[in-house]
Amino acid sequence: MSSKESILAAIKGLKLEEKPLPDIPDFEIASDLVDSFSLSLKANKGTVASKEEIEKLISETEFLKIYSASPVFEQYSNCQVPEHPADFADLDLAIIEGQSASAENAAIWLDESNLALRALPFIAAHLVIVIRKENILGNMHQAYDRIGLAKSGFGIFIAGPSKTADIEQSLVVGAHGAMSLRVVIL
Amino acid sequence: MSHPENATVFLKDKARAKWHDETLWIVREKRDATIHQIPEWEKLRELASQIKDHTLSKLDFYLEELEKNATANGIKVHWAENAEEHNRIVAKILEEKNCKAIVKSKSILTEECHLNPYLEERGIEVVDTDLGERIIQFLKQPPSHIVMPAIHLKKSDISDIFHEKLHTEKGNVDPVYLTHAARLHLREKFLQAKVAITGVNFAVAETGEFVVCTNEGNADMGVHLADTHIACMGIEKLIPRRKDLSVFLRLLARSATGQSITNYNSHFRSPSPGKELHLILVNNGRTKQLGREKFRNSLKCIRCGACMNTCPIYRRSGGFSYGSTVPGPIGSILSPGIDLKKFSTLPFASTLCGSCSDVCPVKINIHEQLYEWRQEITKANGSSLKGLSMKMANGIFKSPLAYRISGKMMRASLKNLPDSIIYNPLNTWGKGRDLPDLPEESFKAWYKKNRP
Repeated sequence: MSSKESILAAIKGLKLEEKPLPDIPDFEIASDLVDSFSLSLKANKGTVASKEEIEKLISETEFLKIYSASPVFEQYSNCQVPEHPADFADLDLAIIEGQSASAENAAIWLDESNLALRALPFIAAHLVIVIRKENILGNMHQAYDRIGLAKSGFGIFIAGPSKTADIEQSLVVGAHGAMSLRVVIL
Repeated sequence: MSHPENATVFLKDKARAKWHDETLWIVREKRDATIHQIPEWEKLRELASQIKDHTLSKLDFYLEELEKNATANGIKVHWAENAEEHNRIVAKILEEKNCKAIVKSKSILTEECHLNPYLEERGIEVVDTDLGERIIQFLKQPPSHIVMPAIHLKKSDISDIFHEKLHTEKGNVDPVYLTHAARLHLREKFLQAKVAITGVNFAVAETGEFVVCTNEGNADMGVHLADTHIACMGIEKLIPRRKDLSVFLRLLARSATGQSITNYNSHFRSPSPGKELHLILVNNGRTKQLGREKFRNSLKCIRCGACMNTCPIYRRSGGFSYGSTVPGPIGSILSPGIDLKKFSTLPFASTLCGSCSDVCPVKINIHEQLYEWRQEITKANGSSLKGLSMKMANGIFKSPLAYRISGKMMRASLKNLPDSIIYNPLNTWGKGRDLPDLPEESFKAWYKKNRP
């Protein structure tokens, strides 16, 4: 008997009585979603920035390598997507678009179609995500309703920069991935 | 070694034990603060519990659904009956890839299977990439907590080991400095690795995808840079529908650390073009636990660690005192199912205060199961000394007369009880504790005298 067969047989042999699968009801959401999103993002150590602030950041910071997958900041892109993701190890700034977000926790959903490369939002030193105001939803239930069963090889909720508290519970931003996350709400 | 013996070792450093206790309590308080912002919190716990109950009641069906859908997505699904088979499957994939070094993100299952030593014996370098896990890997220690693996260490310990391994400045204990040093060190490993291993937080039967949650982004750094991703999951990590994730992602991080969500919540559904994605489904005793009616719902656990942060025993005895892969209250109900004899002291490492059950996001009745395991263990061992005194106490409380008499006797005898009895090695409870000062008279006697 293969392990698959023996595992399934062991479960079937228990003849467990089926328990009901509950429906997930609607819950109340914040009245001001942008405000709620911004507060949640701050708690996750991300910041809300305007388009102008990002442009100022780019002009004032010596970012040598910038890649924008967002048409909003296309003119700042100064490199091509490499064949191997490791060649993006020196990427200073990545700019991508988010599809929708959940205000309760600032989790921004995006999938492969928003990323030229799966590694993009992690390997870049700094990350900017552009999101439309009308796509900010109340909570995770609404976010998953919006996503539905949409098919993508890879999808992710990003809610902040890379962070850790593994050294004596001291919060440090920039563990392995992006050392900052700025979100532009259009 | 038993839990009390191990706890004695932990309690030798009193200042550190106090720090450990207080730090975990702060995490518990953070959890409380965040859940109070969610009016539907209790409803979410109920939903999560019901979704898991349902899944476990049809686990065979959902496992087959998962396999079918994942396979259609291009994921290679493997089944492992036990830890040894799981390790063999991993080693075989590595051999096919001619791979001698891997990066691994946090996975309690691979700890349970002792994958690291298995691979290292075969000449493969395993790099744990979660910062806390890397620290303890340098120290050749197991994790002492499932969410905060290095919570037993102080920054001076970490500074010392980083000085030795990463050549950081001696005595520099700045967490930012130390984390940055680890970032540079691990980036090198990420860029070189051909195979990355991750755990699985949730697998969705309906879509054939699985979700991995991290704050550091180490799982993503590993898998997106490597050519092959191997994900390892216990068969209980399954949920039926994608939308069920909305319930669990709202509960997981809030329960674990008081954050509203982890910063990276990655959904893996199919491999990147030209790359490989493997998913290993591991039993390792889970079907046995499923068959134990009283202990079945311990399989609902989503590994948030909330029961550890709140447990007065865990906080004061440390994760290593349990000697099991998963420590704390949940570990104490999972481990006896794996090896009753080895873990026979764990269900007694509890005051049965019920705080673990109160904070559990999937409503596992942890403290009741601890009590149930005590019955099983006592049955298996015959009556133990502690069991006997419990039975005596039981008799005393049942009879009002016995209670009154014994109270008088206790007051008389406790006063005169020599320390040698309280702090007798047989009475492990007495360690680190003092008896309270006794009142001159009982409440009953006082009331008789003073009642209006």
